[in-house]
Order: sequence, then structure tokens, then C-alpha cells
Amino acid sequence: MSELREKFKNYSSEDYKHFVLSNAIFFVLLGLLVVIVVLEPSFISFRNFRNILSQSSTRIIMALGVGSIIVTKGTDLSLGRQVGLAAVISASLLQAPGYAYRMYPDLAQLPLWLPIVIVMLVTGAFSLMNGFVIAKFKVDPFIQTLGMMIIVYGVNSLYYDRPPYGAQPIGGLDERFANFAQGFFNIGGFKVPYLILYASIITVLIYIVWNKTVFGKNIFAIGGNSEAAFVSGVNVTKNLLMVYTMAGFLYGIGGSLEAARIGTATNNTGLMYELDAIAACIVGGLSFDGGIGTVPGVVAGVLIFQVIAYGLSFVGVSPYMQYIIKGLIIIIAVAIDSREHAKQN
Amino acid sequence: MSNNEYLLEMKGISKSFPGVKALDQVHIKVKKGTVHALMGENGAGKSTLMKCLFGIYKRDEGDIILDGKPITFTSASDALENGVSMVHQELNQVLTTRVMDNIWLGRFPKKGLFVDEEKIYNDTLEIFKSLDIKIDPREDLDTLQVSEKQMVEIAKAVSYDSKILVMDEPTSSLTEKEVNHLFKIIRNLKEKGVGILYISHKMEELDQIADEVTILRDGQYIATRDIDNITVDEIINLMVGRDLTNRFPEKTSVPGETILKVENLTAATQPSINDVSFDLRKGEILGIAGLVGSKRTDVLETIFGARQRKSGKIYLHGEEINNDNPHEANTNGFAMITEERRETGIFSDLGVDFNTVIANIFTYRNKNRLLNQPAMKKDIQWVIDSMSVKTPSLKTKMESLSGGNQQKIIVGRWLLTQPEVLLMDEPTRGIDVGAKYEIYQLMIELTNQGKGVIMVSSEMPELIGITDRIMVMSNGKLAGILDTKTATQEDILRLTNKHL
Repeated sequence: MSELREKFKNYSSEDYKHFVLSNAIFFVLLGLLVVIVVLEPSFISFRNFRNILSQSSTRIIMALGVGSIIVTKGTDLSLGRQVGLAAVISASLLQAPGYAYRMYPDLAQLPLWLPIVIVMLVTGAFSLMNGFVIAKFKVDPFIQTLGMMIIVYGVNSLYYDRPPYGAQPIGGLDERFANFAQGFFNIGGFKVPYLILYASIITVLIYIVWNKTVFGKNIFAIGGNSEAAFVSGVNVTKNLLMVYTMAGFLYGIGGSLEAARIGTATNNTGLMYELDAIAACIVGGLSFDGGIGTVPGVVAGVLIFQVIAYGLSFVGVSPYMQYIIKGLIIIIAVAIDSREHAKQN
Repeated sequence: MSNNEYLLEMKGISKSFPGVKALDQVHIKVKKGTVHALMGENGAGKSTLMKCLFGIYKRDEGDIILDGKPITFTSASDALENGVSMVHQELNQVLTTRVMDNIWLGRFPKKGLFVDEEKIYNDTLEIFKSLDIKIDPREDLDTLQVSEKQMVEIAKAVSYDSKILVMDEPTSSLTEKEVNHLFKIIRNLKEKGVGILYISHKMEELDQIADEVTILRDGQYIATRDIDNITVDEIINLMVGRDLTNRFPEKTSVPGETILKVENLTAATQPSINDVSFDLRKGEILGIAGLVGSKRTDVLETIFGARQRKSGKIYLHGEEINNDNPHEANTNGFAMITEERRETGIFSDLGVDFNTVIANIFTYRNKNRLLNQPAMKKDIQWVIDSMSVKTPSLKTKMESLSGGNQQKIIVGRWLLTQPEVLLMDEPTRGIDVGAKYEIYQLMIELTNQGKGVIMVSSEMPELIGITDRIMVMSNGKLAGILDTKTATQEDILRLTNKHL
């Protein structure tokens, strides 16, 4: 205890400055939130709260995928397009039997889990390819995933624009599938969406992976100093393959849920989701330099973004203006992150 | 276990990199329970040899025999599992994690699916206790002092219980007390029969700790001797391959009036330099000595404006100047040659021509704002001739030149800016002895023209051989300024530990 007191005694104004600076983005966003609430006090309601949470749920799943990659000092621009591919494939395999425009008119009603597993395997495979090229050929993750983003969009569009009906939104989803994402528990009169449960489970799982497993320690070591990890006997290649594949699985789940949540999917589903997810990670304290970050941070980052987006719409800020604000938030967050790092060097 | 006299034998090891033969038929034999020192100048191939042993580099030819069995490690984990561990020269640590995470990285004990946190904590404590190290295993590594980080790295290597332990400059950032602590650990390991390969630049350590010594020079095997049958001078002669007296050209210029005066220089971002004051005279070479982490480079960077200044003043010819950024420093007549030649010195994919004139490129603009090609060509040729750079053509890519020739081009580049003060950070690191001599000659040439040179160097003989005065940094503070004529290595070493 006395040690703790000693520690506090040693905090100078310099340390407080450091605290404020390293959490500056939270203060900025808190300020923004206050403005929203002042303009529209009715913003604080259970309904809004629930909407924000369920909208955040799929984003959290995706952000935890790319977040794991960012921990290794990588990035993944193909997230959004992989989510789109997952959404289209899962929707196409789970259209209601009676729906007129089915992509597969004669397809039997599949068990709900099967299309989701298929989709996870597909996005897992694309992400594994990302990991393979990045780990084996030392291609910069930005370039590799940029290429993959375009490839996956092409693949998705080819799949999407096919007979018998050609390119058109895949709707008329199987009720079970829609309910899987849109349904809710009724707890004491409050409707709690299933999505929140899914996101919570995955958050806990990823938290355990990051903090309790050898794999988790390894990805942080690789991001912190891959050379050190290598000479300590860590199989860097294998761990990178694993982290990208894991992210792919999460995109598969996220994409399926996204299709079911919206009730339809097109080849443009997921457009720019990667930017939202990466931005949320950075705002949540993940360092682009690798090796630093927490799961609660990522979740907080996604929630903050969603609160701001929802809140701005709520008070009637134009969507175009919202883009500008979001962009600024990303830049400020990264600028602060870089500043902190520049100071250390 | 075999009854072999040797625990580890490396025979006829060769390794080439594009354009360089880093190792040529090198051999070394380590006996059980002994410390075998591996000596050689920078670039002699010591670290490369160890990386070949450890499986980080794939050797081109040669055999490695461990405990009587031929082996080839394909990765670090392979080497570690087979009883070869290593304290790496650059601190190869994950600073963003805790001390105990670093110790167990690559071999975390598991409890079911998860890492056994309790075990890694207790085991780390136990290792530290047995080695008499007082560091909290749960501390974040980046909050530790450099020397503590080094001790963690040593503890980690020891904790593998290896048959062979390689130590690549383990004392580079340790204080004298910690060095003694390390030697105690090493003697314990010897008693247990561990073979230790010990790489160090500090000659005075050999008598204390080593049993045998093998000397490499320019990637070639030179000799192996018992430590009792060889003197330090002989080792140096074998390392350098020529008589010590010829290693440095004679310095003729006599320092004159003061050019540069630095007062109470303190860098903005700490830890860095604090309250450093000194001056530099015309025609003088001022050396900066200190241990790794003593912030020698920061002195140069702060003067040059590459590092933000918190307080302190810089005077050039008695007038105060700002040097807020490198561009401004440049305009004021400063030039800086950085330590990391590959990273911050050369444009490796571009030609010798580009590399030579890039620093003063604006002086070649004609009245149409285009570059005056003949003038550039003339200057490039001047640099190549006067520095005796060996290059096939002006267009040759910089990366295909040897390190020494690259360095000469960089020196030439900054000479073209006609600096008053030349700041050099480890100007002879990793270049061969001949090229070193030529670099020294260039420095002396400069002083003859009345310029001032400040040189950071880790090589004691170089500091004593070429400078007029030596300022010693210790833990970011100035520990003292010595007159080179009367200074000894011991004086310098003592000062390096002053503020630790």
C-alpha cells in the first residue's frame, strides 16, 4: 500500500499532462457527446441505447478481427469486402423457400449453421492467403490487403451477378436467419437483441485469446518486436497465418449477421467497413506500431464511433458532414498516437 | 554424452551476402566448462558466425558439431531446444510486454489451454533469485534501465539451461558492478560444465573471464590461443592485422580559436542529454565516448536540430544560433553523418552520383532553375578522386558499393556543403581497416582546413588515436573532458560510469 502511495507521490504535472494527452481522443469524443445531449436531451433513452448496441455488435466482431491483426503490426483493408462476400453468400444460401427471386430456386432449406460455416471457411481462406503472402513473401500488409480488397470485390460481384436473375439485391431471407440476428430476448419488458449476446460471447472469447493463451502472447510479442519473438523461438509465420485466419472467421460471422440484420445483401454490403473498424481500433488505443492494445479498448472504440454516428444523425447533422467529422476523429486519434510514439524515440 | 574434448566445433564455416564474403572458412572449438572469447573488429564476422550457429542465417558451407553430433539448426527455436542459447547484441526484447513475458516468450508453460501466469511469475522470481537479480517480473520491460534490460536478457539466456551459451557483447551497457555480477554468474555456469562463447570489445575483460581466445579478421580465421599465452597487444595486432602504430595517420593541425560553444544543452524529450556544455576549436577533432545508452548520439542530434532542445545555447563564432531543425543547421554550416548508414545515410537504390550531390543539390541550379549537369559531374568526380572511392561508374547503385566506399561518398557529400562543423556518429563502424585509415585521413584533412570535427565513437583506440580531446558522456550527462595526449582507456572507462 505504501508503495502505491509512493508511486502517486511521484506523479508530476508532466504525468497528468501525459494522461490527458494519451486519452485526448476520449475527451474530444466526450465533448461531442455532451453537445449532442445538450442539443437533444431525448437522445438518452433505452431505445437509442439498444439501437446503438445492436448496431455496434456486428462492428465489434469485425473490429476484433482486424484488431488482432493490428496488434501484430499489420492491417487489413480487405475487411469490408470480405464482410460483403460473407453477407452475399450467406444470404444467397438462406433465402426463404417461398421467395420468388431465389438465387438457387431449387435449393433445399439448409440448417442455419451450415451457410455460416461455409462463409467462415471462404473468408477464412481469403484471409489465410493474406497471411501467407504477408508472412512468407514479406509483402507489406497494407499492399497485400489492398490487393485482396479489390480481388474479393471482383469475386463477390461475379458471384452476385449470376443467373437466373442477375445482379440484384439478395432479399427474402429465411425467417430463421432474419430472426437469428433481428430477434431479441424479453427481459422484464426490455427487448435485448440477440446480436448483443453474440458480440459479448465473441468479445469474451477474443479477450481470453489475447490475454490467456500462448497465441495471444505471441501476437503481442510479434507486434512489439518480431525479431525478438523470432530469436526466442516463436514461429512468426505460423502465428501470422493463424491471426489472419482468425480474423477471416470473424469477418465471416460478422458478414452473415450483417446480412441477416439488414435483411438483404448486395455486392456493396460492407463498403468501407474496414475503415470504420480500423478507426475504432485506433481510437480504442491499439497502436499501429503493434504490440499495444486491449479488447475492452477496441469495444469502447466501436461504441464511441457508433454513439457519435447515431447521435449526429439523431440531432440531424447531414450524413456528408458526418463523414467529415469521422475523418477528423480518425486523423486526430492517429496523430495523438504518433505523437506519443515520436516522443518515446 | 560423448567423451569429446570439445562441446562445440564449428569447422570451415562460410557465409556470403550479396557483394560481401562475411565468413570464409572460419572455425572455432569450445571446450566444456570454459569461456571462449571470440575477438575481432567490427565487421570481422563474429556476429555473423554466431547467427550461423543459431540458425538465424543459413551457412553456405561448413560443419557444426555439438556434443559429437553434426547439427544444423533451422531456426532459433531449434537451437534453443538443442541446448544453445544466446544473449543477443542488440537488445532483442519486446519492450511492450512485461519482464516475465519476455523470459518465457517462445516456451510459455501452459495450464490446460491457457498460459500458466502463476508459474511464469514464480519461475521468473526463482531464476532472478538464483542469479541475484532484483527486478519485479511483472514490471513492464520498457520502464527498466538499459542495464536492467540487459540483465533480464542474460537471465533469460541462462534460464534455458543450455550446454552452449553465446554472449554477444553482454557488458556493453552494464556498469562495473553489474559486470562483476555477470562474471560471477558466468563462473557458476562454467562449474556446471556450460561452454560459453563470449564476444566483447573490452580487452580488459578477457584476463578476468576468458580461458581461450579465437580471433577473426575480415571474415577470416586468424588464430586460437590460450589466454595465458597471449597479451592484449598481441590480440589487437592479430585483430587489426597490422602494427598498431600504423592504424592512425598523424594529426598535424593544432587547434586554434573556438568555433563552436555549447552551453547547458538539454533535450526536450527525456531520457536524453542534460545540461551538456563544451566547446570546439578550429582544426580540432573532439571525440565523444560513452557506453551504449549514454546519449552520445543525442548530443550530435540536439546540436544539429534533429532532436528538440529544451534549454541551452549554441554559439557559432561567438554568435548565438538556433539550429531548430537540420535544414537550419545545414545553412549555419553544420553537417552530420549518421550512425545508421543503411537507414539514414544512403539512398541504396540510387546511383553514386545522386548520393554524392543530394545535400547541396540546390547550389547547382542555373538561372532557369534547372540543374547544371556539368558542374554536378565535376563535383562528383572530385569526390570520387579525392576520397579514392572504388566504383565502376558514376551511375553505379549505392548498395553495390562496399561499406567503406559508401561511407566515403557520404563524407564527400557533406564536404560539398562546405561545413564549418562536421558531426560524425560512429564514422568507421563496420568498414574495413584500410577504409578506416582513409576516413581518418579525410578528417585530418578537414582540420587542416580549419574546420572542426565532433566524432562519436565506441572504439576506444580510435578515440585515443585520432582526437585532440575526448568528452565522456555518462547517462545523459557530461562526465568530463579529457586531453587525449594524457588520457588512458582506464580514465575514459571510469568516467563512463560516473553518473550511472
